[in-house]
Amino acid sequence: LSVCFRTVEPLEYYRRFLKENCRPDGRELGEFRTTTVNIGNIFFSSGSITTADGSALVKLGNTTVICGVKAELAAPAADSANKGYIVPNVELPSLCSERFRSGPPGEEAQAASQFISDVIENSQMIVKEDLCIANGKLAWVLYCDIVCLDYDGNLLDASIFALLAALKNVQLPSVTINEETGLSEVNLKQKTPLVIRKHPVATSFAIFDDTLLIVDPTAEEEDLGTGTVTIVTDEEGRLCSVHKPGGSPLTGAKLQDCITRAITRHKEVKTLIDKVIKS
Amino acid sequence: PAPASPPCPPRTGDTSVLAGLYGPAEAKLSKELPDRAALEVLLRPKVGLPGVLERSREQQLRQTCEAVVLGVLHPRTAVTLVLQVLSDAGSLLSCCLNAACMGLLDAGLPLSALFCGVTCTLDADGSILLDPTTRQEQEARAVLSFAIRSGDRKVLMATTKGSCSVEEMQQCLAAAQRAADTIFQFYRDSLCRRYSKD
Repeated sequence: LSVCFRTVEPLEYYRRFLKENCRPDGRELGEFRTTTVNIGNIFFSSGSITTADGSALVKLGNTTVICGVKAELAAPAADSANKGYIVPNVELPSLCSERFRSGPPGEEAQAASQFISDVIENSQMIVKEDLCIANGKLAWVLYCDIVCLDYDGNLLDASIFALLAALKNVQLPSVTINEETGLSEVNLKQKTPLVIRKHPVATSFAIFDDTLLIVDPTAEEEDLGTGTVTIVTDEEGRLCSVHKPGGSPLTGAKLQDCITRAITRHKEVKTLIDKVIKS
Repeated sequence: PAPASPPCPPRTGDTSVLAGLYGPAEAKLSKELPDRAALEVLLRPKVGLPGVLERSREQQLRQTCEAVVLGVLHPRTAVTLVLQVLSDAGSLLSCCLNAACMGLLDAGLPLSALFCGVTCTLDADGSILLDPTTRQEQEARAVLSFAIRSGDRKVLMATTKGSCSVEEMQQCLAAAQRAADTIFQFYRDSLCRRYSKD
């Protein structure tokens, strides 16, 4: 009977749970789903993705996101001769959810790509000057491909987490420029890890009925909700991004509650990443 | 035939955006929603083809408009908002927001509230500057844009660029909410002027 009610009146069904301060899957309003992360060389002897320079797989409940980082060489742009490039790209293939059709990237994928690019820039987690090898001649380009394998809400949190974990896994070979020939020589045996200065962590909320904020929404909760908010914080408690793309209005105080929860979440994620990297 | 609202170009300094609103018109079967109007926002940059940044802005503008437009009064229709950037001298997102709201007003769509866009920057010593120029945006430590709803001054949309502390964000928000009064007064004056001629 409850299955019928859930299909016919999903909003009412949810409201019954929210009144008791919990959700149908048993979580509290401020509770995240089980987060697991596999970085690089955990799966097998050669990483989640064997062809990538760094990779990570993140699961937030059912939402599964994999990130692969490939490093290539390119000439820096004329106006920023000492900067490399970081190119994030989020893909939502039709295999992850029935809501996405195959074909050119839809609005959600493009908006997510833009969001991740902004977070990398705002948080300065990778400083582009660090990616420069020879001023004006050679620099690294990091292609970060984030693919969603199973979409169950909260894409942004999982993507940022996967990106951070994959970048921590990246080992860049040393590159020298031969003075006589002017060509670059890549030494694959000598690798150094990427310099990651900040560790941004995203926390997303869905707004319900203009008043309630629930953390880590599933796909169903996102559809029933009337808005979303994503807060990205770094380890110093600074805000890297407040992303509220329209939706129900919020007061400054409610935003403050979100930020407080985001700061707590940052600590949880940081301990998880450190634990996984050590093992 | 879909009534097109006459384009209105709000200016913020030298930034101007032209908004054209079409609707509520018949929606394509694939796009129509059974219980509400389907809103679509198209943002055209001054030069070049719309890219990922424009799509991201379109999503933000669309969801902001959806929060105020009473779509349930016009089910199975389509409302299209086309924004053309004429010139960009800073504070582009808030100019687009203001253009969108005035377009909605001009078209006579049923709205639950109005909204306005405010951009503010934080520079190195923490001082807040509203409505920055492109130069000020580039030199600032952080640029924050908000869409503020009329009436209760709640936040409909928020985007940040660069990083700032939590207190600074709250201060910027408070400054934006105060500045919203001036913009809503401008809306009132413009509409009075428009309808006093008729």
